Amino acid sequence: MIEVKNLTKSYGSKKAVNDISFTAEGGQVLGFLGPNGAGKSTTMNILTGYLSSTEGQAFIDGIDILEDPIKAKKLIGYLPEQPPLYFDMTVNEYLDFVYGLKGCKLPRKSHLDEICEIVKITDVRKRLIKNLSKGYKQRVGFAQALVGNPRVLILDEPTVGLDPKQIIEIRTLIKRLGKNHTVILSSHILPEVQAVCDRIVVINKGRIVANDNTDTLAKNLSSDHKLVLHAEGSSDEIKKILDSIPAMERVFVARQVEEKVHEYHLEAKEGVDIRREVFKKLAARNYPILMMRSNELTLEEVFLKLTTGDVYGGAEKIEQKFDRISKGGNI
Amino acid sequence: MFAVLKRELSAYFKSPIGYVFIAATFLFSGFFFWSFSLSQGSTDVSGVFQGMFYVYMIFVPLLTMRLIAEDNRQKTDQLLLTAPVSLFGLVLGKFLSAYIIFLLGDLIMLIYGVVMSFYASVNWALIFGNFIALALAGGVLVSVGLFVSSLTESQMIAAIGSFGANLVLMLITTIASVIPWQIVKDIISSLAIFDRYYEFTTGIFSFSNAFFFLSVMVIFLFLTVRVLEKRRWA
Repeated sequence: MIEVKNLTKSYGSKKAVNDISFTAEGGQVLGFLGPNGAGKSTTMNILTGYLSSTEGQAFIDGIDILEDPIKAKKLIGYLPEQPPLYFDMTVNEYLDFVYGLKGCKLPRKSHLDEICEIVKITDVRKRLIKNLSKGYKQRVGFAQALVGNPRVLILDEPTVGLDPKQIIEIRTLIKRLGKNHTVILSSHILPEVQAVCDRIVVINKGRIVANDNTDTLAKNLSSDHKLVLHAEGSSDEIKKILDSIPAMERVFVARQVEEKVHEYHLEAKEGVDIRREVFKKLAARNYPILMMRSNELTLEEVFLKLTTGDVYGGAEKIEQKFDRISKGGNI
Repeated sequence: MFAVLKRELSAYFKSPIGYVFIAATFLFSGFFFWSFSLSQGSTDVSGVFQGMFYVYMIFVPLLTMRLIAEDNRQKTDQLLLTAPVSLFGLVLGKFLSAYIIFLLGDLIMLIYGVVMSFYASVNWALIFGNFIALALAGGVLVSVGLFVSSLTESQMIAAIGSFGANLVLMLITTIASVIPWQIVKDIISSLAIFDRYYEFTTGIFSFSNAFFFLSVMVIFLFLTVRVLEKRRWA
């Protein structure tokens, strides 16, 4: 179990992490979601004892990482953003070294064999790390975190730089490990966190903006009543038609996609499915729909929604600015 | 600690550095041995040991430059500093790895004694005294190099920095001689490593000098631990 209480890390006057508190239960995968520079890595570095906090405390299974760092570090396997590999060693030598460094007591050969099997690096064990591909390097880094079978795994962007097949493998692996470990992983990809984690902590500019179960958060952020539409024809006409749909809250012409084809963002009243209505109305007037999908929120929109409760607000403001510029006004 | 020691030792022999260092030691000590002892027909090895001190001043920085600077650059310090080991254990492992390579080179001096013993009666006490003196002075050079290496990410800067530090250590007597205040002069010249080493080479084994070398070694190891510790708080 990991418990973080009012954690703050300041660099001069800048607060990289600002008063963060959360708890990760055992047997749970906790996702740490945020854009680059949000403070994800800083928090993880504090949890693993690489950095110290300016204020606040972090407990690993009840042990304060600052009070008793060696005891706490024994419980943690850490995969930093850049896997900490010695390029001049072979995979075998490296894992042997980590095994010795962590003062591991498990039977050496069977334990390392098992780890290599789990992360699928058995066939490269005799090769020099510097000659491995990025995906393999990442997996050797993962293997390093698993040495000693620590109860807590802290993984900083574990799928970065992997190809899609490897990403799926690693995600499956994390899910499996999550059953009997406490796992914290960071990511800036929303679907990834949704797919793997039981609980999501969203962090932005050093502050927590949401901390909830994945299901609850997903429901909150769900966007079935929001559509993205590509349709051909005069944008003014189409906007007028779409506006006439009773459940429609707003229609926003996002951009021109091709000649005569525009992208529209539609928002209906919550819980109302307007897809059929949209099709019928436009078909009746002979405006072809080239594409229609539910609007999946991007990370930026998630933040906008979580911080302002308004997804399209930002984009519309920019649109209005452009309108004014095109009409010769000032910004 | 032993894991770090083992890794660093094997790293020395995976790159040319370990071989180059030992080869250079053999080459220069062989040259000094020939010019001061063999060609003079003398069993006095003081000249050899004095010469070797200068050689080590140049070559020990090459030995120590990688130790921590490379970890800083490759981010492997994240592995070391988040592992359940004490910082002192890490630093000691790194120190010993370089020190063992240094001693491997230093051991050749004893072989010169054996070579001479075939032709003349050798003053073994003098040779052993010198050997221990060089081992102590080498420990100081290695710990200074390790400390400088912990301050930077660049091996180049680590090498040049520790060479500069060694140069200051060597020139301390000269620096002290131009200072007009007697007290300051006394304090500075008491730090003169080469003078203390020189005493050893003439056959005077003084415990205060040995203790001085050991203290300087410990101080720089301690400072290295503090540098790593400080990084957490930065």
